Amino acid sequence: MVADSNPQSKPARRRIIQVLLGGGLLGSFASFIYPVLRYLVPPPVAELGGDQVIAGKIAELKPNSAKIFRFGSRPGLLIRNSDGSYRALSATCTHLGCIVQYHGDVQEIWCACHNGFYDLNGRNVSGPPPRPLEVYEVHLQGDDVLVSRKREA
Amino acid sequence: MDTWLSNGFARSLTLGFMIACVCVGTAHAQAPSTCLDCHAALDPPLQVTQAQFSQDIHAQKGLTCASCHGGDPTKADMDAMSKAAGFRGKIQRNQIPELCGHCHSDGAFMRKYNPSLRTDQLAQYRTSVHGKRLLQGDTKVAVCIDCHGVHDLRPASDSRSKISPLNVAETCSRCHSDAKYMQGYGIPTDQYAKYKSSVHHEAMTVRGDLSAPTCSTCHGNHGATPPGVDSVRNVCANCHVFQAQMYDKSTHKPAFQSAGLPGCVVCHGNHDVSFPTDAKLGTGPEAVCMRCHKPGDTCDQARAKMLLDLTQLDNAFKSADRVLTAAESSGMEVSGARTEQDQARDSLTKARVTIHSFQTELVEQDIQEGLKITAKTQAEGQAALAERDRRRRGLGLSLGIILAVLLGLRLYIRQIENNSHNVETAELHR
Amino acid sequence: MTLFAAMRNWIEERFNWADLTAPLREKAVPAHDLSYWYFLGGITLFLFGIQVCTGILLLLYYRPSATEAFESVQYIMTRVQFGWLVRSIHSWAANLMIFTAFCHMFSVLFLGAYRKPREMTWITGMLLLFLAMGFGFSGYLLPWNTLAFFATKVGTEITGQVPVIGHGLKVFLRGGEDVTGATLTRFFGFHVALLPGLTTLLLLTHIALVQYFGMSVPPAVEARWKALPSEARHIKFFPNFFLRELMAWYIALGVLGALAAILPWELGTKADPFAPAPAGIRPEWYFMFMFQTLKKIPAKVWFADGDVLGIMAFGVAGILWVLLPFFDPAGDKRGRKLVLGAGMFALSYIIAMTIYGYMAK
Repeated sequence: MVADSNPQSKPARRRIIQVLLGGGLLGSFASFIYPVLRYLVPPPVAELGGDQVIAGKIAELKPNSAKIFRFGSRPGLLIRNSDGSYRALSATCTHLGCIVQYHGDVQEIWCACHNGFYDLNGRNVSGPPPRPLEVYEVHLQGDDVLVSRKREA
Repeated sequence: MDTWLSNGFARSLTLGFMIACVCVGTAHAQAPSTCLDCHAALDPPLQVTQAQFSQDIHAQKGLTCASCHGGDPTKADMDAMSKAAGFRGKIQRNQIPELCGHCHSDGAFMRKYNPSLRTDQLAQYRTSVHGKRLLQGDTKVAVCIDCHGVHDLRPASDSRSKISPLNVAETCSRCHSDAKYMQGYGIPTDQYAKYKSSVHHEAMTVRGDLSAPTCSTCHGNHGATPPGVDSVRNVCANCHVFQAQMYDKSTHKPAFQSAGLPGCVVCHGNHDVSFPTDAKLGTGPEAVCMRCHKPGDTCDQARAKMLLDLTQLDNAFKSADRVLTAAESSGMEVSGARTEQDQARDSLTKARVTIHSFQTELVEQDIQEGLKITAKTQAEGQAALAERDRRRRGLGLSLGIILAVLLGLRLYIRQIENNSHNVETAELHR
Repeated sequence: MTLFAAMRNWIEERFNWADLTAPLREKAVPAHDLSYWYFLGGITLFLFGIQVCTGILLLLYYRPSATEAFESVQYIMTRVQFGWLVRSIHSWAANLMIFTAFCHMFSVLFLGAYRKPREMTWITGMLLLFLAMGFGFSGYLLPWNTLAFFATKVGTEITGQVPVIGHGLKVFLRGGEDVTGATLTRFFGFHVALLPGLTTLLLLTHIALVQYFGMSVPPAVEARWKALPSEARHIKFFPNFFLRELMAWYIALGVLGALAAILPWELGTKADPFAPAPAGIRPEWYFMFMFQTLKKIPAKVWFADGDVLGIMAFGVAGILWVLLPFFDPAGDKRGRKLVLGAGMFALSYIIAMTIYGYMAK
């Protein structure tokens, strides 16, 4: 840039620099503060949804029935036993990954894809599945049925 | 020999003697068997080595050579093979099933070793093609030892066993793929080759799924017989339940039955069951519908509609997948949408099963379910991309502001250094 | 009277503002061709400041337990407004800070700024560099993803091979025999409490020393200025040097923003302690040269275990490096040559082994 030689342009140049610098600094501070302020506001959904989810409401299931719920990125099966208690397992069949279902009449878990059967403890009792289903812990909290993975040390 | 065994008294004597031998053999499970002393050094087919025999499950349970061959294992040399001691030498092929069956069909006897082992193998064998032909005098057919082995017989749970699920097909193919051996029987010899190209074989060998069907799953093992035309559907239905249920309710079942066609096999093949693609519903070389139906008739139209629906969902799924991948590679987090994509894929799988009802409305239902999901995931992917673009615009804006500040600073520095003289300013930029 | 002047007045009536700020107003920075290198310390400090700020923000949402850590980082990246920005800036600035810290250290070495009377400045600086790497190592585990989990496992395994104290050190770091949720909690404590505490003390000392001694002039320039005093040039720190430094800081900000928006930091997959180790585990780039060295040392060297030898070698090298100024006492030409030689060797070794580590599969 050319050095200041023209006295008349001095005030004008000064103004430009003032605006540029002042406005720029102000603008940059705003562009830092604005995200920080938005960040500080807690999002509406507070739950992480990782190792623990609300699988449903207490009154939702009748005894001896079940529903599929979402657990992280995989499906889970929440079963309400005939005596009113709950149990929850992974709903991903260990054979080829299909979603299993609950058969109340025989109180077994069945996979429609290749006719695999599991007992209520998740153990694979008949058909192709090579491994048992993972069993989750169920807790009741107020109105909610909470399902969580078994705790590690 | 035959007359000896047809005599009831002689039979029970032999049986009694053999049981005695077994008891003696069991009691002396660790007692040296002189038979192997010579036979280990002989050439095949007389050769049986200790290494071989120690792998044999009968040997491990305490049986000896004499248990099946008779003779006296405590004597040395040729004295062991005394006829007086009941020595039978090489068992005739057509007597082998009976020999094995003497123990294996005796429930009370087998209970002593493994109460949950079945004891109907001989009865089943007699219903099989192999069993029936053996009775007619054909000794080329398979008898117990051909599949199970004889002196190094292993249980099916042992993966080295000839009858382990992984090895069954190869065991069957030893005869059934040998064109010269099978001459005169009038059945093809390409089953094993075809099976090796099938998705069932791939499931077992590539994916390690031991529950995948092999020859014996559909044909039976001891009662090996090809399933009859009426029973093909039942056999497949053991695993493919839903497809079978839909097929039952469809128009194809009565049509196939009256035409004497073997159900599932008509469209899917039997030994070379390949992974079914949507091309089966098409009009190309893999198309199956048009083998019977005429172009333009209602069935053809239904076929076209189902194919259209499937293709629509498949395309929607792939398109959403592409958008999500683009979002992911620009660093956006879309794991929630990915999970929903899995559900969309499940819908597609379900729709492909529903084809077996041959009703377009049912297929349509599953497709619509899937399309709802893909619409959602597609939107989520687009939203992620839009967010990414928003961030980049934000970045552009803040970079602009930063540039303004940099420029301002630059000019300001120039300004104060050109005007003030209270400091020696050395230009840092030359 | 403007508001600004009124506020100034209020303070001047109570504090001897003129005296307090005199050193700052009079502070002069030597101006020569190599003056740009003076920026590096300030940029490292600036990046540290950014780490503290973004770190505090992350603390508002992060959960330091094995069952929730990964999910909380995922939450920050996806649900918190501008959480992606804060997290990515934190991760990128961490790497940039360690990079500028290394550059700062090497520039001080090559420009001879460690010489008498600035030995303590060098020592506190080296300790700060070690603390920075400790920050990097402990912070890396906090998202609890697969890469971090196994990198930590390998890293702590290596410390376990130090003779005598190795096992104790490993158990101390891991909070047990294995890397578990306990390790995570412990690393979190190191990262947000212990290391910041130590760093604050050392940093204040380091900056105070820099202010006290002023900026050092490289030997060659020093010699020239001694011969021709009229050649000596200085610029005032405030406002001249400061404004230029501000430009450097703004450039750094721009780079950080661009990196965060265009190359956001990966989340990875949640760590599964029972899964087999994935292929290609490696530490962050600033540990790569040591890691690659250990990989390449043969299993046995004479009678000694190769790994132990390597670790000991690095330990000894580290200690010698901290004591570097004492190898170049004033007026010793040979000492200077020794230090320069060691510096060249170290720099080339680090660069070569880092590149090697990334090229080798």
